[in-house]
Amino acid sequence: MAINKICETFDKAVADIPDGAIILIGNFAGPGGTPYYLIHALARQGAKNLTIIANTAGGIGLTVDYEDHRILFENGQVKKVIASFPFSTSASKPSPAEKQILAGKVELELVPQGTLAERIRCGGAGIPAFYTPTGYGTTIAGQKDVKWFDGRPCLLEKAIKADFALVRAYKADKKGNLVYRGTMRQFNPIMAMNARVTIAEVDEIVEAGGLDPEAVVTPGIFVNRIVKVEENLGFPRHPERSFWVKKA
Amino acid sequence: MKERLSRETIAMRAAKELFDGAVVNLGIGIPTLVSSFIPEGMEVTFHSENGVLAFGPVVTAEEAAVKADIDLVNAGGQYVKPLPGMSFFHHADSFLMIRGGHIDIAMLGVIEVSEKGDLANWMFPARGVGNIGGGMDLAFNAKRVICLTEHTTKDGKPKIVKQTSIPLTAPACVDLIVTDLAVIEVTTAGLVLKEIAPGWTPAEVQHLTEPKLIVSETLREIEL
Repeated sequence: MAINKICETFDKAVADIPDGAIILIGNFAGPGGTPYYLIHALARQGAKNLTIIANTAGGIGLTVDYEDHRILFENGQVKKVIASFPFSTSASKPSPAEKQILAGKVELELVPQGTLAERIRCGGAGIPAFYTPTGYGTTIAGQKDVKWFDGRPCLLEKAIKADFALVRAYKADKKGNLVYRGTMRQFNPIMAMNARVTIAEVDEIVEAGGLDPEAVVTPGIFVNRIVKVEENLGFPRHPERSFWVKKA
Repeated sequence: MKERLSRETIAMRAAKELFDGAVVNLGIGIPTLVSSFIPEGMEVTFHSENGVLAFGPVVTAEEAAVKADIDLVNAGGQYVKPLPGMSFFHHADSFLMIRGGHIDIAMLGVIEVSEKGDLANWMFPARGVGNIGGGMDLAFNAKRVICLTEHTTKDGKPKIVKQTSIPLTAPACVDLIVTDLAVIEVTTAGLVLKEIAPGWTPAEVQHLTEPKLIVSETLREIEL
C-alpha cells in the first residue's frame, strides 16, 4: 500500500502522547519554525509531567510576542525543561517558565546551544556521547568527564533521546519528506531525526514526486505524521499576518 | 563629564577589525550594530546560530511593513534581508561551523571581562538567571573573540575586572576589548591600552578599570 502519513487533525496527531513523555519542540527566536498548532493541540490534550526539550522555554519576548510552548508551562504540564535560552530577555516580563523554575516547580537543565543541538543530533544518529571543548572551566562542566584532545580540555556530553518531536516544516509529501523555508529550519531537522515519533506541521502537502528529491532536507523515514496548516500566510510571511503573533 | 563614544561609534571602531572574506558572528546588543559599518569594498560573510550564512542588513522599522518575514531572522530574532549567495542549514551544522573553527571573528557583549580575558556575559546578575544561548560555543571556539561594551556599568562600576564575580561564558577567550573609552588588547603580559577616546587620559581610563593597564608605547586616539 502506498505510504500516506497524513493525519487529518492536530488533535489526532498528538492524541497518544502520554503523561511523562519527553518531547522535542522546534523553536528559536521568533514565530518562524515553531509548530504552533501542534503545541496548542498538546495543550488541549493535557498530558502532564512532560520533559520539554527546546531552544527556549517559551515567552522569551525578543522581538515579537507570540503564542508558543509557554502555554504548556502556563497549563502546568511541564516538569522539566532542557534549553539553552530559557528566560525572557526582559526582567519586567518574566515568562511562565521562569516563575516555575525559580519556585522549584519545574526543573531546568541549561545547555549551551551547540551542545544542545549536537546532543539532539547524536540521539538520532546512534552516537551515545561525544566530547566538546565548550563549557570546560565553567559551571556547565559540573562532574562531567574531562579528556584532553590536541591540547584542549573537552567535556563528555551525552546524547538526548526523545519520545516525540513536534516540528515545523514548509512542505511535505505523503511519504513524509520535508523541505523548509529560510531560518524556519533551525532545530527542526535534527529533532525530526531524533524522536521515536515525529509529527510535522506544514503549509502544504503534495503527492510523492511533488518535491525535488535534491531539495529534501528531512527524508521521510524520520517522519511519522504530517498535518497541514489551514491558513495561507502569503509571502513574505509578515509577522502581522501570522495569527499566532499577539497584536500590540 | 567627558564625552564617551556612542554605541554606534563603538561598533564603527570594532568594524575596523573585520577583513575581506571574514566569516563573522555578531552577538546580541552593540555587536549587532557592526553590520552597518562594513568598510567599503570589503565582503564579509555573516553567520547566525539559527542556520543562515551571508544574510543582509536588518530590516528597518520603515521597511518592516513590506519586508519583515518570520522565516528570515538573525539570532536576535530581528528580521534581516536576503542577499544573493545566502544559504540555510540546520542547528547542528550551524554549531559545527562554530566548533570546527570556521568562524573567523565573534563579536560579543560583556557583563564582566577579566584581565586574563575571562568573559562573563550570560547571567543576569540582578535576576540570578540567564541564557547561555550560542554565546558559550562562540566564546570557546571562534578564532578571534572581540568584546564590545560600555567601559562601566550603569552605576559607574568597572566592567573590566581583576576577577569575574559571575558564572563564566568562557575562560581566557577574549582577544580584544572595544569600549566607549578605549581599545584594549588582552596579552599574556596583561591588558594593553592601545587606543583611547578623544579627550581622555590613560590615568582617567585606568581609574575606571580594575586591573592594571599597560599603556602601549604606540598609544593613540581611537580612529574610525
